[in-house]
Amino acid sequence: MTTLENTPPQADRGKVVDTAQYGLAGFLLVVGVVVLVDAAGLRDGFADQPVQPHTFGYIVGTVLVLLSVLLAVATFRGDVAEEESGEDVDLTQGSDWATVAKLGAIFLVVVLTISWLGWAIVGAFLFAGTAWVLGSRRLLLDVAIGAALSILTWYGFYVGLGIPIPAGILDGVL
Amino acid sequence: MELLMEGFATALTPTNLMFAVIGVLLGTAVGVLPGIGPAMTVALLLPVTYSVEPSSALIMFAGIYYGGMYGGSTTSILLNTPGESSSVVTALEGNKMAKAGRASQALATAAIGSFVAGTIGTVLLVLLAPNIADLVVQLGAPSYFAIMVLALFAVTAVLGSSKLRGFVALFLGLAIGLIGTTTGQARLTFGSPKLADGIDIVVVAVAIFAIGEALWVAAHLRRRPLDIIPVGQPWMSRSDWSRSWKPWLRGTAFGFPFGALPAGGAEVPTFLSYITERRLTKHPEEFGKGAIEGVAGPEAANNASAAGTLVPLLSIGLPTTATAAVILVAMQNYGLQPGPQFLDANPELVWGLLASLFIANALLLVINLPMAPLWAKLLQIPRPYLYAGILFFASLGAYSVNFDAFDLGLLGVLGVLGLAMRRFGIPVLPLIIGVILGPKLEEQLTTALQISSGDVSTLWSEPVAIVVYVIMALLLVAMAVSSRRSPVAAPKDEEKVSA
Repeated sequence: MTTLENTPPQADRGKVVDTAQYGLAGFLLVVGVVVLVDAAGLRDGFADQPVQPHTFGYIVGTVLVLLSVLLAVATFRGDVAEEESGEDVDLTQGSDWATVAKLGAIFLVVVLTISWLGWAIVGAFLFAGTAWVLGSRRLLLDVAIGAALSILTWYGFYVGLGIPIPAGILDGVL
Repeated sequence: MELLMEGFATALTPTNLMFAVIGVLLGTAVGVLPGIGPAMTVALLLPVTYSVEPSSALIMFAGIYYGGMYGGSTTSILLNTPGESSSVVTALEGNKMAKAGRASQALATAAIGSFVAGTIGTVLLVLLAPNIADLVVQLGAPSYFAIMVLALFAVTAVLGSSKLRGFVALFLGLAIGLIGTTTGQARLTFGSPKLADGIDIVVVAVAIFAIGEALWVAAHLRRRPLDIIPVGQPWMSRSDWSRSWKPWLRGTAFGFPFGALPAGGAEVPTFLSYITERRLTKHPEEFGKGAIEGVAGPEAANNASAAGTLVPLLSIGLPTTATAAVILVAMQNYGLQPGPQFLDANPELVWGLLASLFIANALLLVINLPMAPLWAKLLQIPRPYLYAGILFFASLGAYSVNFDAFDLGLLGVLGVLGLAMRRFGIPVLPLIIGVILGPKLEEQLTTALQISSGDVSTLWSEPVAIVVYVIMALLLVAMAVSSRRSPVAAPKDEEKVSA
């Protein structure tokens, strides 16, 4: 808490409440409680173990709960987060959460299918899919680049670096 | 000296030299890409170094490190939007110079300044690290514990604009660090054997840096492309040289000590260097319109501080920047544990690494100056491909650790956390350092209390520990005073939290 964020330039000294921050505070509370419950469930360590396994858990959990309260209070008092800027980030527009959700869906498919289909196929799908979601409109080219990348990296890791990434469904073909 | 010569002998074999060249090329290529800072560069390129033997991998890594740093400053000069806080100051004058048609000179003074600062910084590192390691080796667990607490506290509370958010990041990191069975019992594994070894720090780092960033950018992608300034061959006129060399040296003098401190970082010294050059310049009218001193000094400070960071990293095993944290992870993956015994136990590796820092630095100059126009072309890569590529390589990196879809799932979950952190302005560094240092903190505390058979007063039984706690107390007082002085004070929070 510094004074910087208590007086954000765009807030005219008053009630700009960043409601989403309550969500973050709630998340911290949940994490803190989970850590505390987990710590409470541990058996006592050995007699010669001066730091009990639950000690750090209790400390971390308690502080997380405390931080969540502090954050909620700060939010209520008009504390606004300073969003991170970057080279390709345009904060003047609103946030486009639909794109993020689509990326998440693609990623989920990747996680669920990678053991079965293997990196070569899933990697190509990941590249082409995310490029499409991010605004590329040349599907054939996207797929071609994705396939080239995933097959090259697979061979590069397998042959060049000696890291045998499982081939999945293409086992024997690659 | 003799050891360093042997180090050069290790680093200069044709194979290792090749790895250094590959490292510099890869590091620069990835570092130049917009949105990718040095820490993410290093994290993304980690898997490439896995199967190479440790000495070659470290040498390649030195190349990646310096290449990534240089690539980042190229981006901030040619696009006015720096990827990481340490090159904010470089962008101030650098981009103005580029707009005034002096992009070549800006890139040249940045490259040569980085070389000068990096070389001096590495010399200082070679001189200091063994001596500090000799001192540190005599310290007991209580002092270690104190130094780690100080590092955590300093990274969290001194850097960054919001202390509350710093502590949020730190304790989330510590919570992630709890996961696993290091204490003999499964903590926070939720019954899953896959979490028994804890979460791989590579997965945490790649998720928070790369996935979080890509998702955050995806939510805010610029619809209008940025203007990129075309670059010719970098060169400097005589007057550019005479205006640059003093700022390079002064920048180095600012950068190295700050880098070597537990909470130094590059932000403060680059800024100090900028103000100093602005005050000392004979061309005050050019400041704000593209003064070469304003690029030369901060860039040198930035690189010198990067070399300084390696002092605590190699001699104490203490990472103080995000990049250093990832380097520590890399070394642990090679089966090396930086710290006081590190230099004695692996002299060839350490001196090979130090020698390859010199080599990487020189290669950087040789390779990057002529290739600058080519690197600048990389800035034009279509954004959908750039971020699709980041997601692609981040997934590949996480998957190649264990070939387990579970790691990819973790990557996704932690990536969403990284996205949320950017949305709520929560700094990334305390979280990463918390994940790394949390388990070590517990280990040192256990060792200390085991030796004293449970007597807590052992924690302040060593002079170094007492000094460190006094420093922390002074920092706390300074923070409390500075927040009371300001008009709308909210002083209580940080004291409660850090107590």
